[in-house]
Amino acid sequence: MVEGSRKMVSLLFVLSLFSALSAAKLSVTPTKGVPWPMPMDYKTTGKQNTVDAASFRFTTRSVECDILLDAYVRYREAIFGRNADRFHAMRQSPKFVQMFSQEGDIGEVSVDVSKPCQGSYPSLESDESYSLSVANGQVMISAQEVWGALWGLETFVQLVYKSDTGEYVVNDTIISDKPRFAHRGLLLDTSRHFLSTRILLRNLDAMAQNKLNVFHWHIVDDQSFPYESMAFPELSNKGSYFPESQVYTPTDVAEVIEFARLRGIRVVAEFDSPGHTQSWGLGQKGFLTECYSGEKPDGSYGPADPTLNTTFPFLKQFFAEVASVFPDQYIHLGGDEVSFTCWQSNPVIKDFMQKMSYGTNYAKLEGYYMQNLLDIINSLKRGYIIWQEVIDNGAKVRPDTVVEVWKGGWEEEMEKVTKQGYKTLLASCWYLNDISYGSDWTTYYTCDPQKFNGTDAQKALVMGGELAMWGEYVDDTNVLSRLWPRASAVAERLWSPKDVNFPLVAQPRLIEQRCRMIRRGIPAEPVTGPGTCPVEYREP
Amino acid sequence: MTGGTMKMLLFLFWGFLFSAVSQAQEIPTAPSRGQPWPMPMSYKAGGQLNTIDAATFRFATQGNDCDILREAYIRYREAAFKQHSERLLVVGPLRFRQNNLRFMQQLRGQENALLQQLSVQVSTPCEGRIYPSLESDESYALDVSGGQATLKAQEVWGALWGLETFVQLVYTTNSGEFVVNDTSITDKPRFVHRGMLLDTGRHFLPKRTLLQNLDAMAQNKLNVFHWHIVDDPSFPYESRAFPELSNKGSFYPGSHIYTPSDIQEIIEFARLRGIRVMAEFDTPGHARSWEEGQKGFLSECYSGGTRNGMYGPADPTKNSTFTFLKEFFTEVASVFPDQYIHVGGDEVNFTCWQSNPAVGDFMQKMGFGDNYAKLEEYYMQNLLDIINSLGRGYMIWQEVIDNGAKVREDTVVGVWKWRNFSWSDEMARMTEQGYKVVLSACWYLSRISYGEDWKTYYACDPYSFKGTDAQKSLVMGGELAMWGEYVDDTNVLPLSWPRGSAVAERLWSPQDVNSPVLAEPRLVEQRCRMVRRGIPAQPISGAGGCPEEFGGN
Repeated sequence: MVEGSRKMVSLLFVLSLFSALSAAKLSVTPTKGVPWPMPMDYKTTGKQNTVDAASFRFTTRSVECDILLDAYVRYREAIFGRNADRFHAMRQSPKFVQMFSQEGDIGEVSVDVSKPCQGSYPSLESDESYSLSVANGQVMISAQEVWGALWGLETFVQLVYKSDTGEYVVNDTIISDKPRFAHRGLLLDTSRHFLSTRILLRNLDAMAQNKLNVFHWHIVDDQSFPYESMAFPELSNKGSYFPESQVYTPTDVAEVIEFARLRGIRVVAEFDSPGHTQSWGLGQKGFLTECYSGEKPDGSYGPADPTLNTTFPFLKQFFAEVASVFPDQYIHLGGDEVSFTCWQSNPVIKDFMQKMSYGTNYAKLEGYYMQNLLDIINSLKRGYIIWQEVIDNGAKVRPDTVVEVWKGGWEEEMEKVTKQGYKTLLASCWYLNDISYGSDWTTYYTCDPQKFNGTDAQKALVMGGELAMWGEYVDDTNVLSRLWPRASAVAERLWSPKDVNFPLVAQPRLIEQRCRMIRRGIPAEPVTGPGTCPVEYREP
Repeated sequence: MTGGTMKMLLFLFWGFLFSAVSQAQEIPTAPSRGQPWPMPMSYKAGGQLNTIDAATFRFATQGNDCDILREAYIRYREAAFKQHSERLLVVGPLRFRQNNLRFMQQLRGQENALLQQLSVQVSTPCEGRIYPSLESDESYALDVSGGQATLKAQEVWGALWGLETFVQLVYTTNSGEFVVNDTSITDKPRFVHRGMLLDTGRHFLPKRTLLQNLDAMAQNKLNVFHWHIVDDPSFPYESRAFPELSNKGSFYPGSHIYTPSDIQEIIEFARLRGIRVMAEFDTPGHARSWEEGQKGFLSECYSGGTRNGMYGPADPTKNSTFTFLKEFFTEVASVFPDQYIHVGGDEVNFTCWQSNPAVGDFMQKMGFGDNYAKLEEYYMQNLLDIINSLGRGYMIWQEVIDNGAKVREDTVVGVWKWRNFSWSDEMARMTEQGYKVVLSACWYLSRISYGEDWKTYYACDPYSFKGTDAQKSLVMGGELAMWGEYVDDTNVLPLSWPRGSAVAERLWSPQDVNSPVLAEPRLVEQRCRMVRRGIPAQPISGAGGCPEEFGGN
């Protein structure tokens, strides 16, 4: 039944596609009121229910909380546009109701959440499932946890479209939905270029519109250190591009986390070390290894220096702060691309290598650094996500460690990592910063993270994936348009059933999703050739 | 002299660059400060600074005055002094500050002169509604020294570019002062046609964005907005004589069209910035959207003896076709004041013509055999005669000449075919026949790729073909093209800038200003300057930060 109804819908899409082509109109006709990403089980008929804008409201059936109340305000705006609240107040006035009131079928959406949700944070274990039914003017969203209810609300809003006569309508629909993967992430890199808090928040909105649930915040790197540390303020004072304007203050960070929480999105901060840390060295003298030319330091720096007894006390204090600032269960520790050249040049390091009997195997030194760091995080009662190199180099890590695979040849790596029993995330296929001409979203769409050799148990260790927007060539000017709706393709891959994987069928729905995002304030770029949206983008 | 100074300056850039590179592998390129883009023909700058008091500084017209100058003063006052964030430059990041420090040490002990005004002298009267043209004199001379600044130009168009240059010379010191180095510039463009094509047929671009883009063009001294206004997918041009064209042919006639007053506003906005607006109405191919509102304009396609509901190029066999075109282009000529109209003529597919029996009969009657290129030529010849009768020149895509149509002597041919680097042969062929040419083949900015592709655009020289000096002198310039398949209001500006700036410098600056390594610090400054002035110019040279990041429009 499930399969059947989805296939029927798919068939309809294909038909609408062909009819568009035969009319020699070049653009594909978008769907109307069909959700993105595609739910697990989606059944709909052509029977329309009108939405009664005057009386429309969301009602909580049982458990109430801040997250729901905030969502109701947002989603009212998402349906009826900006200033929806003011307009709503006006509509409530008796005179207005008298003058304009139209009887609509749908007056309320009732939301039923089973578990208490006040003040809670989403996690890797969140239950994101929900069910949604629209029939005979009744709309019901039920979910075990509030996180499912949020996605149900998002889906409901996507079902609303404008009829030919300009009314808000929703087709009779029955949805039973849950994500295929628990970790559906988006990486932004705020080091290579700074991204303003305003943009980060707007991107969280865009993520929620695509049911992505992890903001992987690659917050610092070689190029700059915009994270303002309370314990070590010199890190951003010296290491950011412009310490007065291009830093994330504790208030900024708290705002991002709260904004994300209210949308069911986790914020996983990455503080990458021991490599990718040039900017740390500016505000934390002695943290990095001094590189030598011949007998003398040459003024350049390498990875963090694991031989100094100051390195780990600093890291302990620093990450204790990070753990207090970022509530998520996981901290991303990086560990990628450690170059050994500088370590090899430094005589103190060489001595240390000898003392530790590492010979000339600098991977062992890297392993030593990571092990110490992992122990620190462990003592802070946090889990960690690491890039694949850490495991490749043989460090011992907690059993609940999540290993992120980013290099080419990911199929072999996923096989290897899951064989060792680690949870894993795939990023390799989804480097969205690596742009090319044309509809590249189809490539992202067709990459399946479970497509590697392994047992079912191994496949079950795939937590999901992340799309990455590395920052070499993006900043506030272009990051949102470059991400969306290309990232939507990844979002559907990570949410929807495995067999929802045909780009030609997805395309009319992706076009609707792009236009919907534009209407909701996200500058989602065109990705399917010539065409248009009824409402074009305007800078907010 | 010219070459010498420029080389000295280039040397200084090298210094900056190496100091940046040596710090660490991936450290951002340190931008230049107060250096113009595109590089002037002759540019000499000294270390002596002139301080500007933003409150009292003024532009002073000496001699000919006009609306174009007065409007420019308002714009350029804002461009020079607004949004400079002083505090940022005081506290900037370490690596920028180190460069600043070194810079300031060189200046220590020098007394700055106070620059109170820029006097602007234009020789030719500019009052009245005058428009820039292919023959405009865009040269100017700018001198800043000892508290005196003078800008001289033959025509107002040169003065506009001089003002742009002057504003680019202004920067902020570490203590937050506005300053200009002593500078002597003699400048004129290498090419007279420095264009940018935007395609509003494949995706609609609102007027607001087109205006913003004209501002960006002026910041890079581009002087032709090639408006590819309609195409197969949509017809957003609102015609007074044929309103059904946009009523039926636009994506949304209520919002996605250019009304006569929109167009007037765009042309006026461009005029005040020294930019020509050349409209392209591409036929006989790329005209699918015309049929929606002008039934019978296109050839009907046949499958097995019956109409299949599809349409091909314009139908040259009917008299009504040319009657319509005459009336339509008469209107176009009245709406767009530019001397040139672009009539397209590219990519005409013969399949539909071949399928149509009426077209077959016509071919026989005309003695064309089965050479459909002759039919295409027949169409183009008729169209060109119409434009000719309107007293306008035309620009066409290369196929029209390739197919052997006879065209006016002053015709400008757009060379666009980029596959297999065939453009240099085409340039040689066209100029051999004595046609003026404009190159766009190497500047298809819509074809994005990862990384610093601006270097490829920067390296492409329109003279890179085999030909005599006389042939080279027929190269009017070039155009960057931002075709609209994957571009709309959400991304057109960041994708165009500052990648388009690379083309702009190629078309303005001397041929030997062509090292991307030397250009990069200046391009980084240009990008940040554009961002400060409200253009979302995207990063194109790796990691880094602008003092003022883009904050929306």
